[in-house]
Amino acid sequence: MSAYEADALIAKDIDAYLDQHQHKSLLRFITCGSVDDGKSTLIGRLLYDSKMIFEDQLAALEADSKRVGTQGQNIDFALLVDGLAAEREQGITIDVAYRFFTTEKRKFIVADTPGHEQYTRNMVTGASTADLAVILIDARKGVLTQTRRHSYLAHLLGIKNLVLAVNKMDLVAYDQAKYDSIVADYAAFAASIGIAGFTPMPISGYQGDNVTTRSANTPWYQGPTLIAHLETVQLDVAADQKKPFRLPVQWVSRPNQDFRGFAGLIAGGTVKPGDKVRILPSGHMSSVSRIVTFDGDLDIAVAGQSVTLTLADEVDCSRGDVIAAAADPASVADQFEATIVWMAAEPMLPGRPYWLKLGTQLVSAHVQAPKYQVNVNTMEHLAAKTLDLNAIGIANLSTDRPISFEPYSASRDLGGFILIDKMTNATVAAGMLHFSLRRSQNVHWQSFDVARESHARLKNQKPAVVWFTGLSGAGKSTIANTVEKKLLRMNRHTFLLDGDNVRHGLNKDLGFTDADRVENIRRVGEVAKLMTNAGLIVLTAFISPFRAEREMVRQMMAPGEFFEVFVDTPLAEAEKRDVKGLYKKARDGKLKNFTGIDSPYEAPEKPDLRIDTTKMTPDEAAELVIALLLGEL
Amino acid sequence: MTLNLTHLRRLEAESIHIFREVVAETDNPVMLYSIGKDSAVMLHLARKAFFPAPPPFPLLHVDTTWKFRAMYEMRERMAAEAGMQLLVHHNPDAMARGINPFDHGSLHTDLWKTEGLKQALDKYGFDAAFGGARRDEEKSRAKERIFSFRSANHRWDPKNQRPELWRLYNTRKAKGESIRVFPISNWTELDIWQYIHLENIPIVPLYFAAERPTVERDGLILMVDDDRFRLKEGEKPVMRSVRFRTLGCYPLSGAVESQAKTLPEVIQEMLLTTTSERQGRAIDHDQAASMEKKKQEGYF
Repeated sequence: MSAYEADALIAKDIDAYLDQHQHKSLLRFITCGSVDDGKSTLIGRLLYDSKMIFEDQLAALEADSKRVGTQGQNIDFALLVDGLAAEREQGITIDVAYRFFTTEKRKFIVADTPGHEQYTRNMVTGASTADLAVILIDARKGVLTQTRRHSYLAHLLGIKNLVLAVNKMDLVAYDQAKYDSIVADYAAFAASIGIAGFTPMPISGYQGDNVTTRSANTPWYQGPTLIAHLETVQLDVAADQKKPFRLPVQWVSRPNQDFRGFAGLIAGGTVKPGDKVRILPSGHMSSVSRIVTFDGDLDIAVAGQSVTLTLADEVDCSRGDVIAAAADPASVADQFEATIVWMAAEPMLPGRPYWLKLGTQLVSAHVQAPKYQVNVNTMEHLAAKTLDLNAIGIANLSTDRPISFEPYSASRDLGGFILIDKMTNATVAAGMLHFSLRRSQNVHWQSFDVARESHARLKNQKPAVVWFTGLSGAGKSTIANTVEKKLLRMNRHTFLLDGDNVRHGLNKDLGFTDADRVENIRRVGEVAKLMTNAGLIVLTAFISPFRAEREMVRQMMAPGEFFEVFVDTPLAEAEKRDVKGLYKKARDGKLKNFTGIDSPYEAPEKPDLRIDTTKMTPDEAAELVIALLLGEL
Repeated sequence: MTLNLTHLRRLEAESIHIFREVVAETDNPVMLYSIGKDSAVMLHLARKAFFPAPPPFPLLHVDTTWKFRAMYEMRERMAAEAGMQLLVHHNPDAMARGINPFDHGSLHTDLWKTEGLKQALDKYGFDAAFGGARRDEEKSRAKERIFSFRSANHRWDPKNQRPELWRLYNTRKAKGESIRVFPISNWTELDIWQYIHLENIPIVPLYFAAERPTVERDGLILMVDDDRFRLKEGEKPVMRSVRFRTLGCYPLSGAVESQAKTLPEVIQEMLLTTTSERQGRAIDHDQAASMEKKKQEGYF
């Protein structure tokens, strides 16, 4: 029975029809093409031909076709899916629209990515869940820059099934030579970026040639129709089940004292009761006792199923851990090389901590400056210091604790991650891990016998970092200096790290761009942390304009050892004082990226102490800081 | 040996995964339970997700007092069977003003449902609410995210939604913000029916054809479910064999004439007849009230 002759069976024997449909598989695919490639027309036709359009919708479609369609009196299939233009005008962000249709053999979810501007971000989103990509080419135009971009992105996201749909064959008179030359062009390009194979076909979305029925216009084409190919293309189900077992733990089920189950979606492999497993990252061993589901215990569960496992031993295991085949566990590391696709309007700041979510793990991560950026149109490698919206780059990143992972090429679930801005909570990037860096495998923490507590006890004090932040000329160094003198008289061991002084040495390679400011603060934070390990009370005087970095430093320190002191001097007042003459230079345009003038200052929202320098002297301010340190505030 | 998962099993696994992510990462989730077939499937999936525990969140029914009687019966029965707490919210303002579908048109939906939902979410401090919306319901829903973020005053900010890659959902939010989560986004109407059939999920009997007292009004067949139904002059309830494709407030839910008394027969009719699901809902026909606008105001 052909794909679209279902009606007879529905009417004749609904039970047989239902039985057939309950055994369908699912294929998720993405269509890639520009506005003029006929993408909407093709998707519209697939929906139309698979009877996913109801009579009322059809009536509306026919009316719309006559009113605003581009196909004369004929039905304009594109109108079925083009509901998005108006929304685009309203500025609504649309990354992907999902459409659904079904045949006897498969249910299909089509990811349709509209728009030129956000194309990379949108297509990466749609491709992340796709098993197959249909690359559309206008037969009149051949392989274009967009074709290369679409193919590169599909390949980057690990899509192994590519269909090259040479569309609008009706407009080139179904010319075989034309088709062959396009396919040859594409084959050369595909090989050059590592695409192992693809399935070409000549179609017309508008006329319907080789979409659902074989076309009499292309007797020279022996391959399948688009639908026949989509219905029969081999999925990676078998390969996924042959991989070693992985279950990222989502949730621990404890309905009562006697039951502790680990719930998650199996990311790879198969599992049976009795299988030996290793909990990552701890490395604890156990074995599976039961595979618990609402429908009864299972004898076997496979990749793609959501299950709950119980283990034979009472091992520590919680959300974020991965239960893996004992003989072939996933790797654990905290430094990686990755491809990063930047998705936010605000550019990436190397060194700034972002949340990284991979599987069910959420950790803090820093991305270093990219090694290079990839031009998605030409595949050229470009030098880059950061990544802007829609930029793709290769960079190293480090996480604040080890995570379980696999290279993206081996597992989408354990190799794909997102980055989340800690302040706005926006998803700012998607990434794909390549491998862990050897230095994270070979650099271990060395433990010494003299602990940080011993250093502090010898000095008879509690280590602390007093972090002064505020505009240039606010009085940070002056107050810090007064505090240090007072602490010295109290026999306290201190050290003052000053912004200007550090830039003469440790940080003399850094400038004043946002990225450099972040790195400046990161290094100072690390130095301050070492000093607290040595038992010192550290005073720092840095403008440190960004909340995210001040928060990052707070996180580096032991709990209760970080005090943020906001030296609050209004800009007008600081500019009036202008002790170093810098404001005048900045106003004259001789000094770029000056905080408060052409670079932002994010005032603390909840500092441990706020000092209003228009209302108190440096000495009074210093007394307050001492009181803060003594726990008297 | 390879085990092939059917499309329904893959959809099921995806939905279960979404439920668990929300429970693991939010403080106070709730399921919006509307008693219809989509809610029935959603509840069934939630029970699967957390078995052997009951779903660790309550059911919330934002009621209008105008649902079919059979729906109220079903609601009590299902909550008890699932072992879940059932919260029912009535907008006190709508109650006091006697808002009803006969006199107040779109104000009825607005006050009882849209405002009622906001009140209930605020009252209990829920930070995540599961809803049964699907992407195939209409053209404009095709682009909907599975996780939809709302500001502290329940506004949907379409410019500030997050890309959803792989199976990774970013659930982080500022204090006061909340998330609407749609675990059955990728299910179609046919999937829902097939799953109900396959899993033997109880649904309100109104989905099956039976002789019911009805009147025909403005092209809709309406059921006279209780004596609050205001008959116009000359109108007299007529017994017709009807069923409902969607269920809501009974004076707003259009029935279809049908003989389909079993689930396979209902599915058969659905596949052979060719009017789309939402046609039976009076709400869509009302003026130019687009779903988009309703959503921005906080309607589900």
